[in-house]
Order: sequence, then C-alpha cells, then structure tokens
Amino acid sequence: MTQDGYTTPDGRKIGSVVMEMKNITLRFGGVVAIKDISFDIREGEIRAIIGPNGAGKSSMLNVINGFYHPQEGEIWFHGARRAPMKPYEVAYQGIARTFQNIALFKGMSTLDNIMTGRLTHMKAGIVAQAIWKGAAEREETANREAVEKIIDFLEIQHIRKTPVGRLPYGLQKRVELARALAAEPKLLLLDEPMAGMNVEEKEDMSRFILDVNDEFGTTIALIEHDMGVVMDISDRVVVMDYGKKIGDGTPDEVRNNQEVIDAYLGVAHD
Amino acid sequence: MPDQVLFGIEAATNGLMAGVMYSLVALGFVLIFKASGIFNYAQGVMALFAALTLVGLQEGQVPFAHLINAIFGTEVHHFGWHMPALLAILLALAVMVLFAILVERYVLKHLVNQEPIILFMATIGLAYFMEGFGDLMWGSDIKKLDVGLIQGINATIDETTYNWFGYGFYIDNLDISATIVAAILVTVLVLFSQYTKQGRAMRAVADDHQAALSVGISLRFIWVLVWSIAGFVALVAGIMWGSKSGVQFSLSLIALKALPVLMLGGFTSIPGAIVGGLIIGMGEKLFEFAIGPMIGGATENWFAYMLALIFLVFRPQGLFGEKIIERV
Repeated sequence: MTQDGYTTPDGRKIGSVVMEMKNITLRFGGVVAIKDISFDIREGEIRAIIGPNGAGKSSMLNVINGFYHPQEGEIWFHGARRAPMKPYEVAYQGIARTFQNIALFKGMSTLDNIMTGRLTHMKAGIVAQAIWKGAAEREETANREAVEKIIDFLEIQHIRKTPVGRLPYGLQKRVELARALAAEPKLLLLDEPMAGMNVEEKEDMSRFILDVNDEFGTTIALIEHDMGVVMDISDRVVVMDYGKKIGDGTPDEVRNNQEVIDAYLGVAHD
Repeated sequence: MPDQVLFGIEAATNGLMAGVMYSLVALGFVLIFKASGIFNYAQGVMALFAALTLVGLQEGQVPFAHLINAIFGTEVHHFGWHMPALLAILLALAVMVLFAILVERYVLKHLVNQEPIILFMATIGLAYFMEGFGDLMWGSDIKKLDVGLIQGINATIDETTYNWFGYGFYIDNLDISATIVAAILVTVLVLFSQYTKQGRAMRAVADDHQAALSVGISLRFIWVLVWSIAGFVALVAGIMWGSKSGVQFSLSLIALKALPVLMLGGFTSIPGAIVGGLIIGMGEKLFEFAIGPMIGGATENWFAYMLALIFLVFRPQGLFGEKIIERV
C-alpha cells in the first residue's frame, strides 16, 4: 500500500486519504466508548468497521457524523482538520448517512424523502422560490432529475408516491440509502445496512452498495456485525472490540488476525 | 322563500364567516404542532401580544410607560406619532420574529428530547409570562385597533339579497375581509410547506429529528422559522379579532375556541383547521337558530365542545388528520 493509494484485487484504483481519524477517544461520563483509535478512509474505497455488539462501532460513526464530539483526538477531512461541528454542518461538508433503526420521514412519500437528501444542493432564496422563476425553477428541475436517476438506480420506481411508513422493512432501508445518495456525498456512512434482513435482501443490499461504489465512485464507510457479508464487499476492514482497535487491513489479513478470531469466537482469559 | 329558510341561510353564512376567524387561530396551533409535536398553549396569548404590539406601535405608545414613570417619576406616555398601518404591521411582525428567536434560545433549546407534556407545560408558562409581559409593556386597558379594514354591513349584499328575496342579509364587511385574508394565508402556507426547501425541511423535522440533522437541516433554524410563522399567523388573527372586538385580554381566550376546531379538523392538517373552523362556525349558528329557542338558547357556549367530543369518540384523528397507524 503506497501513500497515494492502491489497486484492489478486482482492479479498482483507490485514491488518497479522504478522512483520517487520529487518536480518537470518546467518553460518556466514566464509560470509555472509544479508546485511542486511529484509521483512515481512502477515496473510492469501501471501508468497513466491524466488531461484536457494544464495541463502539456506532459511536465511531456518530463521531464522524457529528452527533458525538470526542474528548480527545483529531478528525481530518479532505486534508484539513475539522473543528467540532453540528451534524447538519457535517452534512453540508458532503457526508451523508443511514441509520441502524431506519430514520425516514414516515409521513412523506418516497420521492419527498429522497428530495430532502438534496437540501444541501438547494441554494435558491425563499423569495425566488416563492415566485418560482429562473434559478429556483432550474434548480428544482435539476434536483428532480438527480433524484429520478437514483430512484431508477435503486429500482424503487414503483413506490415513488407511497408514504414510506407503509413500506416493508427492506424497501425502507433502500429508500434511506437513496436519500443519502441524493446528497451526492463525498463520504457515505452506512450504519448496519443489512441489519434485520433475510438472505435475499442482504444480497440485494450488497449488490447496491457495490454498484453505488462502482457507478458513482462513492467512498463508503459501513458498520456491520455480519462478518460474512462485510468480508465479501469491503476493501479494508477496521475491527473494534470494547472500544479499542484490534485489527485493520484487508479482509484476508483481518480474517487471519488472532486477536480478531478471539474477539469473535470468544477465548478463555487466564 | 319562507322567512325561516332565509334567516337560516343568513345564519349559516354568518356562521361560516365566524368560522374563518376560529380557523385563523387554529392554524397557528397546527403549524407548531406539525413541526415540533408541541401543543402550543400560548398561541392565543401570542395573538393578543401581537395585537397589543401593533396598536402600541401604531399609536406611538411608549413601551413600559408605567414602569418608566414609576421608577423615574416621569410622565411619558406617547411618542406623539401615528404610524401608517402597513409599517406598524411590518414592525409588529419583526417583534414576533424576535420573540420566536428568544423562545428558541431560552426555552426550546433547553428542552430538546423532552416529553411532549414537558414542552406543553413550558408553553403554559410562556403563555402566562407573555400575558404579564404584554400587560407591563403596553398597559391593560382595552384598545381600539384600526388598520383600515372596512367595518359594518355590506351594502351590496344587503341590496342584492333584498332585491332577490325581499329580505336583506346582514353580512359584516370585516368578516368578508377575514375570509379573503384567511384564504390567501392558507394558500401561501400550503404552497410554502409543499414546494419550498424550507417547507420540506419543516415537514422533515416534524417526522424525525435525527434524520433531519443528517440531511443537513438545522433544527434551531427550523424552530425559529416555525415559531415566526406561528407568530405571523397570530398577528393576522390578532388583527382580525382586534378589529372586531377591540384589543383586550379576553382575546387570549380565543385559543379555547380553537381547540374543538382542531379536534374536528385534525391537529396535523392545515386544510383541516380551515374546514373544522367552518363547520364549527356554521354548526354553532345553525344549531342556535334551529334548536336554541327550544332549549333556552346560549347553545353557542357549548355546541363546539360537544361536537368535538362526538368526534373524539368516532374519529379521534379528526377529519383530515393523519391516520393513527401502529405497526405491531
């Protein structure tokens, strides 16, 4: 692996470092959720963070996303150190995410939900929107086109007008992914995208994640505790256990790491 | 046409117009409830406060005059100007926006993620604070509000109906203006919430705070926006009610009349607030007209609440409210 990126076994070019976490420590009162963790995410990469329940994976995603602010450590994004930010400011920096327990706008249609993902791309002032002329109209048209492209891509044309509260779980997950994609993120965070899915849905979701990465070149960081799926789709994997990093590398390297095997299979401590 | 029918039609028409006034108040409730799940008890007081501020600005009243005079022994009461109505309305609107910012900063910000009942209690506190503050700022006497709306019987309708039926309908010009204003207000609000980015953001915040943050929506901005719009609606309601019956502290009680309107129309529907208001306004007048004499009159005091009670039993989400679905 060189400083300027690497080539994956399947021949994709991985670029320079997009985001770098340096010595992140996050505490809730006396509980240490993340302890002195460093890793980087490179452009065009599918980066996974895995670990058993309670390892601090979601906390890590929330740190990247701005929901939590670490007590120690630095976050570097696109070559600049990031000051502590609110989640909506992080969104404007080009980081979009999905949630483990699906956080959609349940009363709104699929289309409207995905349109909210375009908010960071809407610039027209309130007056321009009110008279619906010129820039505002062009902007809305452009946004609609971008959204339609994503709807086609994720094969959810048939539920465009359906209120998302009525959709089955698997489709809701897909709408959430669509909303995050609509932001054309520089970094896409997926919090357990396969949680609660059956085998077929998991395969669909894996395919979409790979396609998104392939088609749009989106950099993706995902959390999963289903080892099998993760190893199949990710380029590099960070393994966490009890808030600490116990492994980092390609799926093969991680798979053969003794500490990782212990953490997953359990080991008698003496 | 028999007189009874004509009287009935007149009563119904007047009822519809009165209903519009109820709707104006109900609208403010719906806006805040939709965007933040808060039942804003202070909405009525906000209408009062907005109207007080408007009159005060227009007549050039010195705010906190009593307090200033008591402390410094001065005798100031008026600046001595008389502001054009439009300018005064714009300034009053600015005051309501400022109020929204303060509410967000000093109340809502500290109550994020609290139970709805806690937020409701906070709005009760807010209501009493504002009532006292309005009193201190502008004095407690009854004030006349005149922003140039024509009042009194509409001669054209009176004549036309007289020529048709031999009986002239009494329709107040003020009620007609209120109807037009309400129609414009609702159209603008619906277009705003459906087609602008801020409107979409407002609906998003109403559904899920976390998700809203993650797509780049600032909750604080949306809350200020929502409370500003509610303040604007309160100002409109305050102008209409104030022009009709003077600006006085009983104005804050119109909030109570908005409750049955909300139960009928649904707490989450802007069109619902309008239709609910119309049904209650008309139902009230017709009931009083048809049944009132048989049971001793004064039915207007309780009819709306009884109707709301019936709705609660058979259709708790209201006519237009979102259906309450629980997935199990």
